[in-house]
Amino acid sequence: MATYDAERVGSAPWLLTGPALLVFLTLLAAPLVLTAMLSLNLFSDTKGVIPVYSLANYLEVFGDDYFHEIFLRTGGMALAVTVCAVLIGVPETLIIARMRAPWRSLFLLVVLGPLLISVVVRTLGWAILLGNNGLINQALQALGIIDFPIRMMFTQFGVVLALTHVLVPFMVIAVWASLQKLDLQVEQAGLSLGASRMTTFRRVVLPQIVPGILSGSIIVFALAASAFATPAIIGGRRLKVVATAAYDEFLGSLNWPLGAAIAVLLLIANLVIVVGCSRLAERRFKHVFE
Amino acid sequence: MYRNGFFSLAFHTLFIAFIVAPLVVVMAVSFTGEGFISLPSGGLSLRWFEALWANQEMVDAFWLSLKLGLVSATVATLLAVPAALAISRYDFPGRGAITGFLMSPLMIPSVVLGIAFLRFFSLAQVGGSLWALSITHVIVVLPYALRLTLASTIGLERDAEHAALSLGANRLQTFWRVILPRIRTGVVGGWLLAFIQSFDELTMTVFVATPGTTTLPVAMYNQISQTIDPLITAASTVLILGTLAVMLLLDRLVGLDRVLIGDKQ
Repeated sequence: MATYDAERVGSAPWLLTGPALLVFLTLLAAPLVLTAMLSLNLFSDTKGVIPVYSLANYLEVFGDDYFHEIFLRTGGMALAVTVCAVLIGVPETLIIARMRAPWRSLFLLVVLGPLLISVVVRTLGWAILLGNNGLINQALQALGIIDFPIRMMFTQFGVVLALTHVLVPFMVIAVWASLQKLDLQVEQAGLSLGASRMTTFRRVVLPQIVPGILSGSIIVFALAASAFATPAIIGGRRLKVVATAAYDEFLGSLNWPLGAAIAVLLLIANLVIVVGCSRLAERRFKHVFE
Repeated sequence: MYRNGFFSLAFHTLFIAFIVAPLVVVMAVSFTGEGFISLPSGGLSLRWFEALWANQEMVDAFWLSLKLGLVSATVATLLAVPAALAISRYDFPGRGAITGFLMSPLMIPSVVLGIAFLRFFSLAQVGGSLWALSITHVIVVLPYALRLTLASTIGLERDAEHAALSLGANRLQTFWRVILPRIRTGVVGGWLLAFIQSFDELTMTVFVATPGTTTLPVAMYNQISQTIDPLITAASTVLILGTLAVMLLLDRLVGLDRVLIGDKQ
């Protein structure tokens, strides 16, 4: 990729990347380090942040059932969102890939376009649909299918549904990218050699797109586990996840050190999952990545 | 390659309905004439768009978001273009690490970024200014500008550039008249994507926004967490239409699939 230009290297790359690096070091790296340090401080309601260093906040998060529940709920919902995204996103990508000229790019845009629309707007749409007086309940009641509204707002079902909607485009992107390396004509070869559609899919198509499904799953899981707006609006106050819990500690109870500890744990968990799973997937599917 | 069968197309129809339903519903409700969330009955009404226009808070938030997007996308692009040139044409120690560092805001949860910036600004005592807010947005949107710029600088032939230099043009002239015209789509596309990401940003901004610097997404979020009324759907409709306009522009310029998927083809 890079062209090596012996006589010109010198200080040029440092001068060119310097401004961006300077901004990132002072305004990204430093704040992150300060947050990690803050997470080791103590807090009291009367004195505020106490500048001593201890692991008390981490011990509290690890020892308290309240936080166990929040972390488990967040992981569980992120897993559910990932499974849903695989189940609907993978077939849809294959269907779009099989379409012909104008439809193919048109529907790709329809599926991916919402990524650029604010997550507040997309979540608002689900809040309007899912409420007790929401459009889904109104329609079901008008049709006489149900007598009483089904409760969908402030439930895990609602959060998983809305988050799947918000994140499924990332799965489509990942699978689409892996499909670009695969000529779907090979399916024809499989079929003409006498394999059934199922066998062709399982033995020819699937092995090629598994890396795409895996990298899509990693992205969807990581984003679902750290999502804020959708769980906050659809889940409400009671159905807390890690991101909203950190928010409440910071801006609600003002216990900044504890909020910082939750944030640090979220960041570490996120990096472990993203980096760890990518490594694992790359090793397992080396032949496809190369 | 075989064609899609009946079941595939049925699945596809349901999937597309699932994707567009919440957006269509938001837009439909914004044209209601009633005082509560409902689909418009008996004609479309612009009542809530008038109410939105008269709502000073929302209008102020809109202008602030617009300013913020323009400033942060521009600064991010100014930082990203030289960095992209360095990364794509020089082999220097730390090149991979620097690229990773500049792309890292994509890997860090927005909540964590918000908390880190809030802590930093409270220690530096500069919170609450448009300047402080802009710099946080520069960091969050820089990866997008960098990615699209990189896509156009990688693999750029350097013959014309060498010719310009040997004919006596200086570095700046060469950049301005030879390099920039050829990476223009990547730079403009990166700017637009950065702008839209800044304009939409909520989770990080919720932490650093103050009553004086409330962006449109934050104002909408605050409103939604209290009550959902048609006013907020009118604001959303404006946002959806605005995003669609930028999307079409991006599609014309760079191709939306390239923006969203990257250079795989």
